[in-house]
Amino acid sequence: MIWNAEYESMKREDIRELQLRRLQWIVKWVNERVPAYKKKLDKAGVKPSDIKTLEDSTKLPFTTKDDLMEDYPFGFFALPMSKVVRIHSTSGTTGDPVVVGYSRGDINTWAEVTARVAAGGGVTEDDVIQVSFGYGLFTGGFGMHYGVERVGATVIPVSAGNTERQIMIMQNLKTTGLICTPSYALHMSEVAAKMGVDMRSMPLRIALFGAEPWSEGMRKEIEERLGVMATDNYGLSEIMGPGVAFECEQKNGLHISEDHFLPEVIDPETGEQLPMGETGELAFTTLTKEAFPMIRYRTKDLTSFIAEPCECGRTLIRMARVQGRTDDMLIIRGVNVFPSQIEHVLTEIEGVEPQYQIVLTREGTMDQIEVWVEVSQAVFPDAMRKLVEFERDIENRLYNVLGLHAKVKLVEPNSIERTAGKAKRVVDRRGN
Amino acid sequence: MTVKQISVFLENRAGRLWELCDVLGKNGINMRALSIGEAADFGIVRMIVNEPDKANTILKGAGFTVAETDVLAVEIPDVPGGLAKVLGALKDKGVNIEYAYAFVARSGDKAIVSMRVDTQADAETVLEVAGFKVLSADDVYNL
Repeated sequence: MIWNAEYESMKREDIRELQLRRLQWIVKWVNERVPAYKKKLDKAGVKPSDIKTLEDSTKLPFTTKDDLMEDYPFGFFALPMSKVVRIHSTSGTTGDPVVVGYSRGDINTWAEVTARVAAGGGVTEDDVIQVSFGYGLFTGGFGMHYGVERVGATVIPVSAGNTERQIMIMQNLKTTGLICTPSYALHMSEVAAKMGVDMRSMPLRIALFGAEPWSEGMRKEIEERLGVMATDNYGLSEIMGPGVAFECEQKNGLHISEDHFLPEVIDPETGEQLPMGETGELAFTTLTKEAFPMIRYRTKDLTSFIAEPCECGRTLIRMARVQGRTDDMLIIRGVNVFPSQIEHVLTEIEGVEPQYQIVLTREGTMDQIEVWVEVSQAVFPDAMRKLVEFERDIENRLYNVLGLHAKVKLVEPNSIERTAGKAKRVVDRRGN
Repeated sequence: MTVKQISVFLENRAGRLWELCDVLGKNGINMRALSIGEAADFGIVRMIVNEPDKANTILKGAGFTVAETDVLAVEIPDVPGGLAKVLGALKDKGVNIEYAYAFVARSGDKAIVSMRVDTQADAETVLEVAGFKVLSADDVYNL
């Protein structure tokens, strides 16, 4: 179902006209209210009045996560705190977290765009939707909550974790739709099987997944095991949270809510816009955000646009499912992990060689991360207990930094495969 | 009267112990005793060999992670309760054993226990006062 046909199925030229008007507004808005942006615009020699066509957006400077961290926490806020009604934050895996703010109007917009996600994924007012994303600073839980509520479905705000309880709730409250990460859905199906519960015989019929990349193969597996129609959605806290793009029942690319977010696919090296259909880095300009507007924010996600109109009737442009990252970020059970974080932890520990390897596997349906560490000749303790303690110590330190459990495996010096003198840092055996 | 023990860190994978023994064999190192401790994905092989310093150099050269540790080698009567008597003497003085492994000498009527304790010098005195024979390094290497 199309939630807001007026905007989602707008004629292309009308969308572009709307985008231009809103782009002109947002550039003026940030120029007046965000000193960090004023500085960037001045440096690029761009005045708000220079934006005469949509193509003029390429004159605007990019914004990167580094920019946001430099002015942590509130440097990019365009409204005073008295006008900010909500704060969310990224987990801060690579340093300072990114703190994002929402005005009352932004919260309203967020509910609008997540309502489109919900409706696109098949949610109606007759549904009972279990939101199993974490509720908290993470944008997933609250973001989807308000969209589902706006559609008029019944929300069960169960949040993440306690899988057996999730399944009991699903059974007892007759949940018809599930919102979580795809890997968590698979995990649920395994736990359900152990509990002797057949998820296929439940009233559950739809599932809306986001917050991590997944594959077509995984979709088939989930649909099969849970007996649902599964759709993908995309978002990031810096731009809004969930609700930036979503699949419709065609399950063939994600529609971007272009009336609120101006998307570009750029060459990650040169920053040039790429021709339609080519794969590059996705960047967004928020067109209506008041509290935390972003100009050409580089997502580091790699994707391409799909030009052909969708059979669903929406005219919103589609992006292909995210195909990778421009940096080395790994997503494990919905948690962002950078190899550099692991390296940093290891360098602080005496007796660990600088050589390590991150091995990603899938145990059953859950992503597992192992960190292989070469034990150093210099500190090899003869006592088994000390070696095991050493492993636990590294695991604990990694947990403190990554926020997820990584299994540490001690290996012999020089045993980690080196390619031309440089060790291969990440081995992904998850086999999507 | 401490005996040098060679410990080697080994990954838990097929053939790795063979590689260790193969290197030692090819270099004329003879083992007197061997013990393997294992964790989930690695193990520690502990050995008493005829030439510990040479073994250490050879193994390091072959890329193994090696540690040399002092252990006590105690002669015990090869009869029921023999080891218990030794341990009893240590227990009474509060000496804690980190690990130990036994081997039987060629002559047959005595067994030898190699042990790593928390207070090596104390333990040696305790054992000798209790009437046990703590073997010298040469005794053990030349068994």
